Amino acid sequence: MLYPDTVEAEVLVHKPWFVATLFGIVLLVFMAFNMSGTGFAELMRPVIGEPSTSGLYGRFAIGFAIAVIFTLNVVLIGFAPLKLQIGIVWLELLLLFIAFFETFHLSLPFIREKLPFLISQGVVTTLYVSAISIVIASVIAVAGAVAKLSNNGFAYAIASFYTSFFRGLPLLMQVYLIYLGLPQLGFVINAVPAGILALSLCYGAYMTEIFRSGIQSIDRGQWEASRSMGFGFALTMRRIILPQALPVIIPPTGNQFISMLKDSSLVSVIGVWELMFLARTLGQKTFQHMEMLISAAMIYWVLSICLELIQSRIERHYARSKVR
Amino acid sequence: MSAEVIIEARAVSKWYGQFHALKDINLTVHKGERIVICGPSGSGKSTLIRCFNRLEAHQEGEIVVNGVALHGRMSNVAAVRSNVGMVFQHFNLFPHMTVLMNCMAGPMWVKGVPAAEARQTALQFLERVRIPEQANKFPVQLSGGQQQRVAIARSLCMKPDVMLFDEPTSALDPEMVSEVLDTMTGLARDGMTMVCVTHEMGFARAVADRVIFMDAGQIVEEGTPDAFFRNPRHDRTKVFLSQILKH
Repeated sequence: MLYPDTVEAEVLVHKPWFVATLFGIVLLVFMAFNMSGTGFAELMRPVIGEPSTSGLYGRFAIGFAIAVIFTLNVVLIGFAPLKLQIGIVWLELLLLFIAFFETFHLSLPFIREKLPFLISQGVVTTLYVSAISIVIASVIAVAGAVAKLSNNGFAYAIASFYTSFFRGLPLLMQVYLIYLGLPQLGFVINAVPAGILALSLCYGAYMTEIFRSGIQSIDRGQWEASRSMGFGFALTMRRIILPQALPVIIPPTGNQFISMLKDSSLVSVIGVWELMFLARTLGQKTFQHMEMLISAAMIYWVLSICLELIQSRIERHYARSKVR
Repeated sequence: MSAEVIIEARAVSKWYGQFHALKDINLTVHKGERIVICGPSGSGKSTLIRCFNRLEAHQEGEIVVNGVALHGRMSNVAAVRSNVGMVFQHFNLFPHMTVLMNCMAGPMWVKGVPAAEARQTALQFLERVRIPEQANKFPVQLSGGQQQRVAIARSLCMKPDVMLFDEPTSALDPEMVSEVLDTMTGLARDGMTMVCVTHEMGFARAVADRVIFMDAGQIVEEGTPDAFFRNPRHDRTKVFLSQILKH
């Protein structure tokens, strides 16, 4: 929440100038597009006659109708309580997306046929590759952050070289480097471990910086109080500093987890049968690319939403000590 | 005084870069003694007591606490620190733990005291600072004065031989100063060895065995409260006292 002022302003969407401006913009935008070939124009046939020959009048009438619906919708939602507003807006945006996907004329039976395999093979692989990588990346991040904050020259040099290198190279290149480069050194590595290694190292580097800033955000006084009671470094870190740094660390780390979930699709280039790989290959035979790609997209989205929910739960858990 | 020596500083000097923060400090604290250190800001008084548990390092001279010399290569600094309680200006309570847990943490994690026993000790000391009813709250839910009393209880739970107070009332509202000073006076009555950096001259007069005045990193004057307040010898002390007692 932003800082809530105690003076209540009039709801923005009920201010006449805002409603008028919104109406005008929507009207102009939809007049600028030629909507005469759409289903909406068909609905307007009683008013404008044959859509394709209705000309400027037709465009105006269509734009006007859309602007009235849109503005009325916004004004009405403005009356609803907060939770309901959020719900309605989500629902409407979702409906617009579904309407958009409708225009692809997707073959639902095809999706229904392939979906079980897409989930049992693709989602499972994506999930376990990302889950293992996330755990390894977090461990690397804690070690990296401590190293970067330490006075030890070796530790600092190694950690800063590592973060610089792995943040500086495209992840795709890292995947190739590990999968194709390590065999040059005599380590033949399978696709899945190679993918996990690349993801862990790359995200470990980003998360090192997140953890470092989180640890640094804790007041010096916490270290001093811990030290004055005889706590050692490890104890102070584990019981005092990290628990307090977590509320700072969690939002950007949640970001990284979601980002990693999707970037795990990059390991498809080395032939790991994860979600993206299957989405591309399953549709190829029958040229039904869109079906599989959109299904995979939706699955990624749902998985991300799950991670968002988990993140907000954890954030609420750590907000306890801040409640007055 | 024949009592056992708790802290001994001999010819201690400290620099921050080029800045000479402590100059040839000599100070002995005996068991049961209450010492108040005062002086203008930047005079080195906080730095000095922070050297006593080696939160700060001194470069020259010797500091011996409970018979253990403090230096950069000591292996038992934790043992020394756990016997020296410290109360900070900004409390420095652990905000993610309840008041009770703040008090239990030290004994459990450093001294390996069982949870039940640590809990009992914590409640006993929270009772002593007169806030047992706040035990299950988090520090942010308490007033400044209450937080500082919790900080005192947290230090006491370690059963220290000496308590260091680093301007414990400077960050408090005037009304809350007295509740903290009352707690400290109570501690003094019970015979706790205390070294307090404070500007509370009323407290110094009532409780201190010795008042030490520092300026520019040096101990300028040292004496019983009576002598210190009635007949300050040095001009610098007179100016300081006239400033601080003016209002």
